[in-house]
Formats: sequence, structure tokens, C-alpha cells
Amino acid sequence: MAPDLIARRAPALGKILRWDVLVGVMLVAVFGAGLGTNENFGNSDNIAFALSDLAEIALIALPMTLLVVCGEVDLSVASVLGLSSALTGYLWNAGWTFETIVPFVLVVGAICGLVNGLLVTKLGLPSLAVTIGTMTLYRGLAYVVLGTEAVSEFPQVYSEWATETVPGTAIPYSVALFIVLAIITGLLLHATGLGRSLFAIGNSEDAAFFAGIRVKRIKLILFVVTGFVAAFAGIVFTLRYGSARADNGAGLEMSVIAAVLLGGVDFDGGKGTLGGVIAGVLLIGVLRNLLMLDDVSTEVQAIVTGLLLVISVLAPRLAVLYREGRSRRRAVAEASASG
Amino acid sequence: MITPLRGVRTTLSIATAGFLALSLVACGGGTTKDSASNDAGSNSGTTATADPNAPIKDGLKLAFLPKQINNPYETIVDHAGIEAAKEFKGEAKEVGPSDASASSQVSYVNTLVQQGHDAILIAANDANAVCGPLKSARDKGVKVVAYDSDTNPDCRDIFINQASSEAIGRSQVQLLSEQIGGEGEIAILSATANATNQNTWIEFMQDELKKPEYAKIKLVKIAYGDDDDQKSFQQTQGLLQAYPNLKGIISPTTVGISAAARYISSSEYKGKVVLTGLGTPNQMRKYVKDGTVASFALWNPNDLGYLASYAAAALASGQITGAEGEVLKAGKLGERTIGANGEIILGDPFTFDKSNIDQFDF
Repeated sequence: MAPDLIARRAPALGKILRWDVLVGVMLVAVFGAGLGTNENFGNSDNIAFALSDLAEIALIALPMTLLVVCGEVDLSVASVLGLSSALTGYLWNAGWTFETIVPFVLVVGAICGLVNGLLVTKLGLPSLAVTIGTMTLYRGLAYVVLGTEAVSEFPQVYSEWATETVPGTAIPYSVALFIVLAIITGLLLHATGLGRSLFAIGNSEDAAFFAGIRVKRIKLILFVVTGFVAAFAGIVFTLRYGSARADNGAGLEMSVIAAVLLGGVDFDGGKGTLGGVIAGVLLIGVLRNLLMLDDVSTEVQAIVTGLLLVISVLAPRLAVLYREGRSRRRAVAEASASG
Repeated sequence: MITPLRGVRTTLSIATAGFLALSLVACGGGTTKDSASNDAGSNSGTTATADPNAPIKDGLKLAFLPKQINNPYETIVDHAGIEAAKEFKGEAKEVGPSDASASSQVSYVNTLVQQGHDAILIAANDANAVCGPLKSARDKGVKVVAYDSDTNPDCRDIFINQASSEAIGRSQVQLLSEQIGGEGEIAILSATANATNQNTWIEFMQDELKKPEYAKIKLVKIAYGDDDDQKSFQQTQGLLQAYPNLKGIISPTTVGISAAARYISSSEYKGKVVLTGLGTPNQMRKYVKDGTVASFALWNPNDLGYLASYAAAALASGQITGAEGEVLKAGKLGERTIGANGEIILGDPFTFDKSNIDQFDF
């Protein structure tokens, strides 16, 4: 037996069997199945609907990926989205110009993120606990701002940005923006020192700290950016539906985190790729669209998405167990052969 | 610990700069609610002319999009509509989100358009959130009927209203008057003090009470239970103690009437004080059977779905366009005339009592 041969072949095999690649393959498979089985799936209108339906989830998934890679999470994003929507509606009613509302709302979103970040980095609290709290807090504030009222009739010019597609394509403007931001985030995560620092923090915060990485500062900035992006997504959401409400985006944080996990990012931090997350976001969106077109009931849709998530969390774990089991067996076999 | 502090300071200064930039923008011109000219959208569906004698097309595809699936009330409405579609050889289905949030209906509207439906029937969770996709659906020739809960009138062809506010208000007084023998002190237990629909109904109740036949009835108090079960319960208790001669209570809210019934059924007032209002059969069944409540009202959800289904078919077949004054032929329900803003009223409220309550499950 030549153990060195196995050792040399294993990384190559591991690369092909990586979860994020598999998600990409699944995405292509579901897309292909959609084109093959449903005549309405492939037309540009439907693709544009499916993509714009994902806009807010996709946008928030970008900073969320960075947070989860360094071992943190932000559950308050959907509430920040709701607060941002409520504020947009309230200020619009109060006669503010839309051009003023946007920067104001973005700053408020950044402050929400700052509060999360300070509680996590200053007081050393776990982000899961902190953001469960602020999730409720920000949603509460959203209701204080707007109550159960709904504000509509936003300027046509801006609504069009949120609903129209780039001329000649099926790509909504919001998705075009997402592509640009995704490229920036991808480069940042996978091609810069800062990106390597994020993985280092996720693998071992102490080791990263002693290696001279400014762990707390980086985390704080990430939380602020996440709040900022969530507020931006709130404006996109408000314009897209033409309705500002305090309950907008309720439950959206779960879709974002689901997409990040499905994309193969380890919830414990330190592992993951942005490409995987984007494939995850698209897979959830395309699957949902196809199931709806095929008249699959809402309950079954939920079951399919849920199963996919369980598998995505389970599969890498099973792969590790399998590998460990195999090397243990090999060790036993070698020991008995030499003995 | 200097580094994180500096981080905070940097962030705060960025925030401050943001606010400054913002106040600068605020000084300049911009798009405000008042300056924005909003194209209200022409009512594209009404440009065609109606042909009342056109036959209902065969094989029409209708889709019901309720506020939320698995809501017992909506299920009854939609299933009655689906059954009605069979009468005119159409096919209908029910799809919808599992949560009643404002935005979750939007992707369903888009999907239904893709699937090539002739008409979409929607109970809107938010009058405006569904407007964009509904407008583009209508541009593609899909007819839109709102039922149960209206959208912005620009976004649909017809709204099927359960009952007119006037009919609801006046019938509540008639119902109570019958049961207390036309005389005595009465009170109203409403939802919140600023609920638009409740206040409209109460105005019509007060107007009805001015008629000579109700001269011996005196409205002594309007109480508000805020559509909160516990508060409505306490308000009922308070009313009965404050007005020992009270003969009857009208509670035109499903939360209020069931809380009031719960209090009365277990108190000395059972059988002495009459309670009526708007409620659902499942909530009230127990109190009707134990004699606390003789009758209460709501509309018949079966008829609502049936009428909506026929309205969608008539629109899709060109019998009506949704313009005021046109007549809708609605199978066993007979005819309904389209009112202002494309509104069709189902009819008078439906009264539930011992004799019929077991035929309903919602």
C-alpha cells in the first residue's frame, strides 16, 4: 500500500467534493430541471421576478458572510430593515425629501450595527444573544415610529430603480448593484490580507489576536457595515413593494442565514466561500420560484427548503466523520500489518 | 484598549459627518411627498366596452390568493369560489403565503401571471404592496378581483365588499331591538377608539336609533376593548356594574363579542342581558348553544367566494368591465349592480343563530 499516494490524491478529491461546489452543481441542476419541465420558468419576466425577489436577502448575505466567517452572527438585520422601512415612511409622510431620507436612514442603520458591535466587542457578549435582543428592540422601535400604518406612493423615479431591469436584460437594477458589491466582497474576503484575517479570527480568535490582528476593531466595523447594508436593503424593499411598514422583512434574517449556511459557511467560523453563499442564495430563490410555478403548496416548499438546510449542515459533518473513520481503519490496518 | 476606542471614535465621526452631509442635502431641493407627481395610473381595465350578453368562456383559469392559507375563514371563501367555477366550466385554485405579511403575496401574483391565469382574486394584506405586480398583470390582460380586503382601486377591476357599512350598522340595532323588545338601556363595546370601520358602523347605529320605533331605547355608553380579549372582558364587567339597568350590548368586533359572551355566560347576567354583534360561528357556537347569545351577524363566506368567482368570470368573458352601473349576473345569487369605484356589495349581513350555526366551520 502506498499511503503517500492517497495523501497526495485526497486534497484533489476533497476540492471536487467541496460543499460549495456541490451547491453550485445543485443550482445548475435545479435551473436545468426548471427549463426542461416548466415552459414559464425560463422567460425573462420570470427570471427578473425571481431575481428581484432575492434582492434584499442577497444584499444582506454579503456582510453576513463576513460576520459568520469570523465567528459572529447578526440576527437583527431584518429588524433593521423594518426600522429603515418604517423611518422612510414616517419621514416621507413628514415631508422630507427622498434624497435626505436615504442618507439619514443609512446612518440610523449604521448606528444600529454600531450598537450590536459595541455590545459584542466591548462587553464581550455572544453576538447570538446580543442580536436576539436588538432584533426585538429594533422591531419595537419600528412600530414606535410607524405603528401599524402603511405609507405608500413613493416617487415614481425611485420606485422604478427598485422594480425595473437593466435595459435589454432580465437583471433588475438591485441585482446589478448586488453583482458589483459581490465582486468587491469576494475580492476582499479571498484576495486580501483583511480577508485572511477574518478566517484567522474565525479559526481562533486568541491566535489571531496574538498574531497582531485587531480583532475587535474588525468585528465592530463588520457589524456597522451589516447594519448599513440592512438599512439599504430596507429602502430597496420599501420601494420594491411601494409600501413602508414596520413589519416589513419579518423573518428575513432566517432566509439570509439559511443561504449563508447552505453556501457552506461554517457556523463556528473560519470556513466558507462567498461563491458558495451566492450559489446558496440563488438555489433557495430558484427552487422556491420553480416550486411555486409548479403549484407545490407552501407547506411542501417549507419542507424542501428545511431539508436542504439540514442536509447542508449535516453533509460536511458526515464527510468529516467518514474521513476520520477511514483514517482510523487505515491506522488499524497498518498497525496490524507491521505488527 | 486604545485601538477599539479609536475605532469607536472613527465610527462616530463618520456618523457625525453623515448627519452634516444630510442637513446640507436637506437645505437643497429634492423630491418630497408634495412635489412628487405620482401617476395614479389610468384604469386600463375600463377602456373596453362591456357586452352583457357575452357567454362565459369555457375553461377560464382563476386563482384565489387569500391573505394567508390555512386560515379557516379564507378557506371557506376560496373553496366556495372554486366550487362556483365548476358551474361555468372554469377551473380555479387557491394558492398563497403561509404568513399574512404585506409582501409575501407579491411573489404569488407574479407566479400566477407567469402561469397564464385569466383572473386573479386577491384578499390583500396591504392595499399598496401588491399594486405594482397587479398593475403589470392587468397590462397583460389578466383581470383582478379584490375580495374581503380591498387593494388600492387603481390596481384591480372590481372589489367584492362583504356588506355595506350602513347595512352592518343598522342591522345591528335591528337585531338587538328585536331581542330586548324595543326598549331599555343599551351599550356598545367597540374595538379601538380610532378604528375607522367600527366608527362608521357606530355612526350608522346612532342614526338608526334616531328612528321613532327605537324611541324607548337609550344608548348609555360606548366602551372600547381595544380588540384585546382581556380588556374587552373587563370592559364588559365594568359596563354591567355601572349600568344595572342595562338590557343589551352590541359588540361589532369578533374579539369584543366573544370576550363579552365569556363574561356574561359565567355571571349572574346570563339570560338577563342580551348580547349581539359581529362574530364568527366557531367562537360563538358555545354561547349560542348555552343560551348566552341568541343571534349575531357576519356575512356568509360561502356567498362571498361564490360572488367573487362569478365576477372574475364575467370580467374575463367581457360581460362586465368594472364600470359603475354595469350588472353582474352571479348564478344562484342573482344580479348585483356595480357601484362607484368598481365596488360590488355582497348583501346584507348574515345572521347566525341556533338554527344555522352548525352549518358553518370558521
